[in-house]
Parts: sequence; structure tokens; C-alpha cells
Amino acid sequence: MPTLLNKKRSASSLRRQAAPALIFGDLWAYDPAPETADPKLKTRYELFIGGKFVAPASGQYFDSINPANEQKLAEIAHANTADVAAAYRAAKKAYEQTWSRLPGRERAKYLFRIARLLQDRAREFAVAETMDGGKPIKESRDFDVPMAAAHFFYHAGWADKLEYVAPGRRVAPLGVVGQVIPWNFPLLMLAWKIAPALAMGNCVVIKPAETTSITALKLAEIFQDAGLPAGVVNIVTGFGDTGAAVMAHPLAAKVAFTGSTEVGKIIMRSLAGTNKKMTMELGGKAANIIFDDAPLDQAIEGIVNGIFFNQGHVCCAGSRLLVHEPIAATVLAKLKQRMRTLRVGDPLDKNTDIGAINSKAQLATIKRLVAVGVKEGAALYQPDCVLPAKGFYFRPTVFSGVSMSHRIAREEIFGPVLSVLTFRTVDEAIEKANNTAYGLSAGVWTDKGSRILKLAAELKAGVVWANTYNKFDPASPFGGYKESGFGREGGRQGLLDYCQFV
Amino acid sequence: MTRLPITKTPKVYVGGAFIRSESARTFPLTNPAGDFIANIPQCSRKDLRNAVEAAAKAGPGWAKRTAYNRGQIIYRLGEMLEARRVELAEALRLGGSSAAAAAKEVTATIDRLIYYAGWADKYEQVLSSVNPVASPYFNFTVSEPMGIIGLLAPQEAPLLALISLLAPAITSGNTVVMLASSTQPYPAIILGEMLATSDLPGGVVNLLTGLRAELIPTFATHTHLRALGGVANRVEQAALKLGAAESVKRVGLFSAEQPINWFSSEHQSVDALRAYLEFKTVWHPMGG
Repeated sequence: MPTLLNKKRSASSLRRQAAPALIFGDLWAYDPAPETADPKLKTRYELFIGGKFVAPASGQYFDSINPANEQKLAEIAHANTADVAAAYRAAKKAYEQTWSRLPGRERAKYLFRIARLLQDRAREFAVAETMDGGKPIKESRDFDVPMAAAHFFYHAGWADKLEYVAPGRRVAPLGVVGQVIPWNFPLLMLAWKIAPALAMGNCVVIKPAETTSITALKLAEIFQDAGLPAGVVNIVTGFGDTGAAVMAHPLAAKVAFTGSTEVGKIIMRSLAGTNKKMTMELGGKAANIIFDDAPLDQAIEGIVNGIFFNQGHVCCAGSRLLVHEPIAATVLAKLKQRMRTLRVGDPLDKNTDIGAINSKAQLATIKRLVAVGVKEGAALYQPDCVLPAKGFYFRPTVFSGVSMSHRIAREEIFGPVLSVLTFRTVDEAIEKANNTAYGLSAGVWTDKGSRILKLAAELKAGVVWANTYNKFDPASPFGGYKESGFGREGGRQGLLDYCQFV
Repeated sequence: MTRLPITKTPKVYVGGAFIRSESARTFPLTNPAGDFIANIPQCSRKDLRNAVEAAAKAGPGWAKRTAYNRGQIIYRLGEMLEARRVELAEALRLGGSSAAAAAKEVTATIDRLIYYAGWADKYEQVLSSVNPVASPYFNFTVSEPMGIIGLLAPQEAPLLALISLLAPAITSGNTVVMLASSTQPYPAIILGEMLATSDLPGGVVNLLTGLRAELIPTFATHTHLRALGGVANRVEQAALKLGAAESVKRVGLFSAEQPINWFSSEHQSVDALRAYLEFKTVWHPMGG
């Protein structure tokens, strides 16, 4: 492996870092460039059960705030077990009386309609998503919303082609499925969960995360506009207690959960005595591996996208950077320079790269783990950017000199915090990458095709990105190995988790 | 004077060797008339952990074999069984099977092995995919074996069920630690002898005999077992699923309360292979 020993190349790479850094924004202030589309928010959001917005039996509401400025956006209904039971009854009725009787081609048309109506209102949804969750508008506008629409469009076409999903077998829906989704991609996760379930002929009871319920309930408006039969999708909002009720309800033939490994295990334990089917899409601590022959400028962009996309609130974030030792100093220098150009601030500003941390609680978690990293002796770097006075913000952070035993190399931080480790040989890179309880994703940066294929085969992860990172598509199955969960979402393989064989 | 026959000391096949339990415990095997036949090893939790270790050692090598090679080895196992049909049938008759039923089960077992031998170099073409993503990437999904699979054989069909559960797991490159029927363990003992002569590397299949109640807690919680399969009753299933949560194991169990027709074609399918596969999606840029 000559490139591993190519000292001459690495020496010249080291010299290059001495070039003076040109940092945009150092000498002048940017004008704000806010996105101004109207998110059309209501002051109060009710539960969506049986095709209608209904007040919760609990009579209770909680505030949804904008994490960018801590201002209240709307009141959200807090569903209790009675509300969840009503949602399941509505779903069961819809399943038995309507949805399971519809031919696939008719189910398809509803899903196509939903995709189109979401595209129509894309900007409005993007603004709402950004205000509710804190992610930069460029991400909700260019990624979350179009990708959510794409998921409905992709799965729509499957609804009348299900005989091709499992060769040699006849498939049938499971019935009613219960789903609980996280706050990092509120609308997109909703689409990931609902679209395949509906295409296969199931009905759904779904609970969004408590900090990000708004776009789910806005999507319910689209379900109404699309004429989706009442009860096919039911949305119950609330906290962990609501989620537990959704998972535990006896009418749920299957439950699907996306969230932390910790909560995933609690759900698995709580359902141990039942025959419910499960899919779990849990946490990760992905390795992003950079070899010395990698296209470095692209790799730096990939590292930045891998860990700072969506403030690092990404289960498949490339939170462990494994750098080939000969280029470690160069990569770190380039990365730090690139980090100085990242714009942290108002998520609604079209130039913002890193928006608000989703909640106060998550900000506290990130701060706690970063303090642990400092205490364990890793070297911390944060660019000196000015953070807004109100709201939850955290500077992009990189730790160098991290070893495998450090907690910041083992625990999911779920924030814009990168841990940098080094390796010397391919085998060491594989060993370090796989030395984790997680196995959701991995990245490989090298110019050598055979090495990409070797690593793609050896890395114990459900998604491997070669010379890219954090790419998603409805046709591309996503899901983890080991404690990152089981089941796949997207593609033909993802549909298999929403059917039974008859 | 009649010759006194040499009786066989039953040993379990673990890590490519024939062993007694480290606990030195046995339980008696009797024929349907109640006559003593032999002492069967009563494997302990320690034996189970040792078997997992053996499976872990064998795993990477077995997974790296070519699909064609794995197919041939499983076919070879079928050849070994075919040649020892009589012995297998006799082992089944010890559990009370009639001669006809025993012969039928042996035949179905061998045919099932041949069925899976043929799948080894085909399932990938059926289950994997190239995915048309809306960006300039070549995107494909392939399968990989999960690793070490813990399997619990039912009490009935002590040979056919054993092979029906085992064969799909190893066909795709997994290694297996399996608890044989505790009421009819003898066919698993005999099968071990055939596994040993089948070119299957030691440690790929590890067959234990013993008591379910004693071993199930370790099956449930051993973190190196990536998936659990086989047959379990309601109480056992709850225990297995509870333990599995600790390391997010995949659990797919048949219910012991429902009658299972192991002869049915339902018990030989590509889905049985899929149950012990992980799907990996790879993104690769397309461009100059």
C-alpha cells in the first residue's frame, strides 16, 4: 500500500497549511437575509384523530417554542392514554372499513396527492420546520421538505406493485402500526414512517416529538386536503407518556421507533411479553475515515457536512473522524479554517450554516459531554463566532487527540461536536471504526476504488458513504447494525418491515 | 457367545471438537420403553459461552468463504447425511418415531439441506438491489451475515427442525450456537458427527444438549449473539426478548404453543435466509 508510506506527499501537505487564511466575514458584517414566507401557524394545535382535529381528553396543552429565540409558537395538545386509545380505534376502523379494502392503485393516488400538495406548500412548511426545530432554513428548504415529499412520491408507486416486494411470496399489511419519531427531522421522519406503512396498506398512529409537533399537524391539513380517508393516519402529540401509550397499545400490530438507543431498549423491554413486530432506528457514533489519498478539499466539506449538518442532530452523523496519520495535521488545520467560516445563528437566515440546538435540554446534554471531553484531556477547538443572545446555540466544536476510550469517542453527543482520532493502517481504521456498540453508518474518503470496496465490506454499518456523507433517498434503504437498531427504511427492503406473508 | 456391542458415549459438537459438558453433568437418555440408552451431556452456561467463543472465532473465515464454496460444503453435509440415513433414522426412533416417520423425517431433512445448499450463491441476487437515487451516486444494497446466531430447537422433529433452523443461518455465512431438543437430543449428537466430516469448518455450527430453562437466560443476554431464533413458549419468549433488549438483538421466534409442520414448504424459503442478514447500503459518487 504505497500511499500509506508516502512521506514526501505528507510533508508537502504539511507545508501547504502555512498559507494565510482568508476568512469571509472577518472584516465585515453580513447583512441579514431572512426567509420571509408565512409559515401559517395556528395558535393552538389539536390532536388529529379520525380525520379531524380534536381536543385532547386530557384537556391539557403544552407550549411549543422556537429554539432560536425561545418565543412561544403555538400550544400543542397533550394526548393521554384515552386519546391514544381513540386514535387506535379510529385507525382500526379505517383499516377494516376503508384502507385495507382499497385497491393498491387507489392507495397510490392518495400518496401521490400528498406528495404533490406538500410540494405546493414547500416553502411554508420549510419555514414552519425551521421555526419549530431550529434547523437552518437552507436545510429545511433544500432537504427536509423536498425529501419528505419524495418519500410519499416514491412509496406511492409501490402501493399497486407489492407482488414485487418479496419474490415468491404474497404480502399483506399488518394492520395498525404505532410509530414514534424524534425531533431532529420532524417532517421527514414522519414521511419515512407513514409513506411505506400506507403504501403497504397499514393504518398509522404516530407521535411526533414534543418539541417538534407543528409540521406533523400541518401535514394533517394536507391529509385532509388530499381526501385521505379518516383514520388512516392519526397524530397524537405529547411527551414520553404519550409515546409509551402508542408503543404499548394492544391494537398495534407493529411498532416503529426512531430515537435514542437508550429509549429503544426501554421499548424493547416493555414489549418483551408481546408478539408485536418492531423496527428500531436508534443511535450512532459513525466513523468518517479519511485516507491520505483522499481529495482533501472535498473531504473537508464532507467532514463538515457529516458532523455539522442539522447542528449534528443526526443519528448517522460522522461524529468520529478517523484521519490517516500522515495527513492528520493538515486535515485538522484545514478543518479548523473551514469551521471559522461557518455561520452560526438565526436559522431563518438563508446564509446560516448552523442553526439553533433543538431544546434547552439537548443543549445541556451537549455542554455536559463537551465538558467531559475537556476533562478527559482532549484538545478542544471552537471558532470565535458570536452567538445570538436569546435561544439555544452551540459553537461548532472539534476535539483532537481523542482516543477510543474517551467518552466523546463512544457516546452519542447529538450535537455539533466532532472527535478526531488517527490511524496508521487500513486494518487499524476498520478496527477502530467497528469498535463501538453502534453500527448505523460510516464514511470513507479515498481515491482508491478497491479500498472503498474493501472498507464498504468490512465496516459494520447499515449505510456506507464513499467520498460523500449524509446522503439520503427514498429508494435507498437506511438502518443500522448492532445497537443502532434493526429494520430498514426506504427502498424495497424497507417495505418488508411493514408487511406479513400470507 | 454373543458379542457385547460397543456403546457410544454421546458428546456434543462444539468448536469442531466432541466434548462433554465442562460441568461433567449428564442426563439419561432412554428409549420409548424406558430402557437406559446413554448419558447425554447437560451443557452449562459456561459451555454456552465457550460455544459462542468458538462461533466467534469461526465467523469471519466462514463469512469470507465464497458463496459457491459454502453451497458446496452444505451440499457435502447433505451427502454425509444421505450416507448415514439408517443411523439417523435409528436416532429418531429412540424418540418414539415409527420406522416410516423416521425415514420421512430423514428424507425431508436431507432435501432441506440440498435446498439451502442451492440458495448459497443465489439469495444475494434476489434480496439485494441497485437503487435509483435522485442524485449522482451509484447506490446499492447488499446483504451481510449478522454474525453469531443463537437457535433453540423445538422438542419435536428433532432432526428436521434442527436443520430447518440451522441451514439458512449458516448458508449466508453466519455461525450458530444451537440448543437441541432436550427430550430428543440424540439426533443432534449424531448430526454433530456428520458436521465434523462435512468440510464445515469447526465452530460454524455448535450444538449443545441440555436443559432449556438453564440455558435460555444466557441465550437471552449474551451480547455476542446478534440474533435469536427457533421455537420458544410464551414464558421463554418473554425472557428472551427482555434479555435481547440489552444489546438490541434481533429476535424471531416461532411459538411453541402452535403446532408447527416442519415438513411444510413454509419452512424452506429465502425469507429464512433474510432473517439472519443485515442489509448494507453503499453510496459511491459517479463522475469523472
